[in-house]
Amino acid sequence: MDNYVGEPTFICYHKQLFCMDMSRKVAVFRREHFNAAHRLYNSLWDEKKNFEVFGKCSNPNYHGHNYELEVKVTGEPDPQTGYVIDLKLLSDIIKENILGKFDHKNLNLDTVYFKNSNPTAENIVIVIYEILRSKIDNKYDLHIRLYETDRNFVEYPG
Amino acid sequence: MVYLTRVEHFNAAHKLYNPGWTREHNEEVFGKCANENWHGHNYELYVTIKGQPNPDTGFVFDVKKLSEIIKEKVIEQIDHKNLNIDVPFLEGKMCSTENLAIGIWQQLQLFLPAEVQLHAIKLYETPRIYVEYFGE
Repeated sequence: MDNYVGEPTFICYHKQLFCMDMSRKVAVFRREHFNAAHRLYNSLWDEKKNFEVFGKCSNPNYHGHNYELEVKVTGEPDPQTGYVIDLKLLSDIIKENILGKFDHKNLNLDTVYFKNSNPTAENIVIVIYEILRSKIDNKYDLHIRLYETDRNFVEYPG
Repeated sequence: MVYLTRVEHFNAAHKLYNPGWTREHNEEVFGKCANENWHGHNYELYVTIKGQPNPDTGFVFDVKKLSEIIKEKVIEQIDHKNLNIDVPFLEGKMCSTENLAIGIWQQLQLFLPAEVQLHAIKLYETPRIYVEYFGE
């Protein structure tokens, strides 16, 4: 890597000049999981309409999932540490601000985030993003993937 | 002897809570699993039967029929349900993974044809926690 100086590199290719911005951005990921109960229910609709739209997911006694959470943080490795972000620090931020609030909880009843919205995977991933965005330096790009089941997952920003 | 396994999955809410104990004692024993408003899991269920392949069909048992029995008698009773409240075959039982596996075994025994020998129920509560029950 001695010949790499981090300056823009110009490549001549089919008589066109491309400027490659050789940034050293690296994405780092932390995977966590939490277990929670929820139900999909629109309080403006009656039970019949809720069942028509949300099916068994609207069961009044709730059901639940093992959620898998992937937090992706992108930035340049710090020259002093070699880290994009200290993964222990990222882990602590996720544990304190997400798992502490969602794990072994009822998303409809035990959190403040879904009083006026449905705890769908889509809405949960937006909430998680907004919480973490406020805790992680804006110099980093942040991207969240949330698995509700092995085969159903969402990403934000989309 | 051949062992034949059908894998199914379901999602359910539950809590670990002994109604004969105080809330404090439940929290001491079950920790966050005792949360009064429930939590939930994606369960993975492995049902294993055993037998000699039938000489005419080559089957231990028609796996489509096995699948239908599991779906109708077990999955439909527990999928997207609250295990403490919604499931007749768990009524009065503590909804641990252990008891759920035993309950599923007993439920299947009621509906599997007499010639089908149930071998094991393997039940994952999370990818890293599972129980096995062999009817012993």
